[in-house]
Amino acid sequence: MNDHYRRIFREEASELLIELETALLDLEQSPSDIDLIGRVFRALHTLKGSSAMFGYEEAAAFTHEIETVFELFREGGGAVGKELIGLTLQARDLIMAMLTASGESTGDLADRARQMVASFQMQVPVAATAMSSTPTASHPLPAAVPAAFHIRYQPGEETFRSGVNPVTLFNELHLLGECRVTVITDAVPPLEELDPSRCHLAWEIHLVTDAGIDAIRDVFIFAGDDELEITPVEATGEAAKENGNRLSGNSQEAAADSVVAEPAGMEPGREAISSIRIPAEKLDTLVNLVGELVTVQARLSQTAAGRDDAELVALAEEVERLTGELRDSALGIRMLPIGSTFNRFRRLVHDLATELGKEVDITCHGDETELDKTVIELLTDPLIHLIRNCIDHGIESPEVRVAAGKPRQGTVHLSAVHSGESVIITIADDGAGIDRQAVHERGLQKGLIPHGVELPDRELLNLIFSPGFSTSQEITSISGRGVGMDVVKRGVDALRGNISVASEQGKGTAVTIRMPLTLAIIESLLVQIGTDCYMLPLSLVEECLELTGNDAARANGRHLINVRGQIIPYIRLRDRFGVCGAPPAIEQVVVTELDGKRVGFAVDHVIGGHQTVIKSLGKVFRNVIGVSGATILGDGTVALILDIAELVQAEEQAEWAA
Amino acid sequence: MGGLIQALLPGRVARTRVKGELTMSNEAAAENIQYLTFTLSEEVFAMDIDKVREVLDFTAITRVPGTPEFMRGVINLRGSVVPVVDMRQKFGMQATEQGVNTCIIIVEVTVDGETTLLGAMADSVREVLELEPGSIEPPPRIGTRLNIEFIRGMGKRDEQIMMILDIDKVFSFSELAATRGMDGEPRIASNA
Amino acid sequence: MSRTILAVDDSASVRMMLSFTLKESGYRVIEAADGRDGLAMLKNQAVDMVITDLNMPNLDGIGLIRGIRENPTTRFTPVIMLTTESQDIRKNDARAAGATGWITKPFGPEQLLAAVRKVIG
Repeated sequence: MNDHYRRIFREEASELLIELETALLDLEQSPSDIDLIGRVFRALHTLKGSSAMFGYEEAAAFTHEIETVFELFREGGGAVGKELIGLTLQARDLIMAMLTASGESTGDLADRARQMVASFQMQVPVAATAMSSTPTASHPLPAAVPAAFHIRYQPGEETFRSGVNPVTLFNELHLLGECRVTVITDAVPPLEELDPSRCHLAWEIHLVTDAGIDAIRDVFIFAGDDELEITPVEATGEAAKENGNRLSGNSQEAAADSVVAEPAGMEPGREAISSIRIPAEKLDTLVNLVGELVTVQARLSQTAAGRDDAELVALAEEVERLTGELRDSALGIRMLPIGSTFNRFRRLVHDLATELGKEVDITCHGDETELDKTVIELLTDPLIHLIRNCIDHGIESPEVRVAAGKPRQGTVHLSAVHSGESVIITIADDGAGIDRQAVHERGLQKGLIPHGVELPDRELLNLIFSPGFSTSQEITSISGRGVGMDVVKRGVDALRGNISVASEQGKGTAVTIRMPLTLAIIESLLVQIGTDCYMLPLSLVEECLELTGNDAARANGRHLINVRGQIIPYIRLRDRFGVCGAPPAIEQVVVTELDGKRVGFAVDHVIGGHQTVIKSLGKVFRNVIGVSGATILGDGTVALILDIAELVQAEEQAEWAA
Repeated sequence: MGGLIQALLPGRVARTRVKGELTMSNEAAAENIQYLTFTLSEEVFAMDIDKVREVLDFTAITRVPGTPEFMRGVINLRGSVVPVVDMRQKFGMQATEQGVNTCIIIVEVTVDGETTLLGAMADSVREVLELEPGSIEPPPRIGTRLNIEFIRGMGKRDEQIMMILDIDKVFSFSELAATRGMDGEPRIASNA
Repeated sequence: MSRTILAVDDSASVRMMLSFTLKESGYRVIEAADGRDGLAMLKNQAVDMVITDLNMPNLDGIGLIRGIRENPTTRFTPVIMLTTESQDIRKNDARAAGATGWITKPFGPEQLLAAVRKVIG
């Protein structure tokens, strides 16, 4: 079998293994749910079938053993015990190992499989008998000398409705040897009563072949025992009386059943869905091309706007509309529900809690929330880190929890919700919470808090994201947070995301991550400062205001603006970027909101909304603060995308220092 | 210059490279290498043409705030964002002023195993020439006003002296990634 | 004209294996991921034969066969069921529902082709 098919098989197998895991974890919650048992069974069954097809016989045989156990539950009902679920989870990992193993390790895996089968048999003694049955029936060797056979074939009346075409069978018999077929028409009713969809015929065949009786049976392998009679001509075999009526009776029953069964099998209101599998690189290429197209389209629109040509303008608008739709559907293809990732965490929580002797339940909300595939992939590691922290350091041992008047079992809650162009992911636990005093002391020690300064609570907590902050063991145990929150923050930052933490001592901790839905294209606001153009993410922009010289003067040089009674600080990007030349008489302030904080950015001009295809600035500019990327404008020049959170943070630090 | 640019388009130069049969002490002496020569403030410099992807006419450059003076900014190279370095400023001369011959040499450099494109701004591009290993001398320790690290050797051709740059070193990330505070003061001193 | 076979299995790799083997032998193959999907396809497309898995989500193999036998245009279409050795009892259900025959997994290309030839020549 060629590698391509094996690759497809492996991809599929890993999906099935995930499904198996999910179903098992669900089953742990409701151990007698027959639908869940069915899901486990089906995943195992499909896995077994395709493993065998692709030459993973050992994995198939092993899977078969487990499937058999679940088949008993499926047929007989009953609750699946926690131990069996744990064992099956281990078996699932072993199957995965068997499917990915190479060469020498397979023997070892086979040993483990044998041991595990033994454990399964201890778990389900009833199953043991069913397990060892193998359906090999030994047939006598075919006779090498030609022999004559008399065959009587009388299919049931319903046989045509089973799609059987007797002619193909006779053709096949001809290949075995010399063959004479006689049709028996005794049972054919008068024409007016004849139902051509029923079979009223029988056949008598005389065959001389050296292939033996089994070869003949093979030809009629699909025929029922009662439809066929094969007698070696020499012998006076005892012909069993065939009974065609019995079968046709059964078929009628089945047909009657199907009237009822049909609607039950179809879930109402759901169309048949056919999906195709595309390699991820092809999608990436598609999105990149759409990105290029968006850039060219912006250029076309700009060119068209500059010419007095109604036809060109109309064409440009049409292209703009189509490009927009193409962009949305191309990006839509890459959107995946985050649920699959959440499911992986359930296993993590299960294993980690067992290992640490804690009792932890995980609850999820918003599984269906969709995010760009790349974002999900890149987010997985930071999330694993955070969940690990929750269980390792956040959630207390059952004894401590009970002593504190909490339920023995701790809870980790994952949630994902859309919010504009972003998705907000929260990882919350009901553990010990963060010890602020310890964080404060550590902050002083690390020189992160100037002496005598009382940090606002939110900023104090955010210190845990500072590089090297919580690398020491004693702080991690006191703070209830683990090592390397700075690593998590870097991961999130790299995705243009934003992370914050809230915590109440004794009650728990919640880490919130805000991520852009996609990494490829964003809506942004194009502004001009001096001769350069910059982009601000439109999702963060609230409004634009004019800033006259008078306003600036009234504020006594402070960068504050009065927006309908609310005083908002603003950052003058002209100063910040050291732009030379005189500012225009009226500058504009773009008011943004991030994490509930409103901050304005003073610019020369606001140009307007822009579809921004995000380009990386590359490693050379990795240390630049306040710029998250670049994009190419309609005229072919490059504009920088500003990182609002970073700009605000840098400004705050600069003011403290001053 | 048009002909030259043509000559430098990708896939353009069919060059012969004579590998030395013997192991020589000086690597540069082992092969005949073709160089692209260019000028910065009347001085002639050369770089290994293997590093050169193409030569562009001067184009609009977008400044990136908070970077050293010699980082002129970024340009759009057929959809990719490519940083541009002002070679004059990098070597401690006056900033390049745009003239008719000003151009951007796109080079491909490898640092830390990562290949990246960079633009080097020069006053003009002169020619592609081949230097015999014998005509290259080690760089003098003084008198070049340049960080000796950046120079691979001194080439001589028709009485013309040229400094051959080690372009990977000139454009190493640690050289370029230095940032400075928003107030304009260098945060990490560049050793230009 | 080459004959068309509908292959129904929730395992993409098994579908691919079926499809590959049958196409090699000159059959035209269309694929469906489960019984419901398969029935939907049969509405728009005439096929000479159906090969289906037994256990599938949404609508299993038995349900698919019943659906096929219900529809006058597909009433006589041969249907081969893919089974595993543990499902002998289900074979009878399949027969009762109107399956033409079965192939036991795992099977090789020869076994598959032999079964196909048996029912559509």
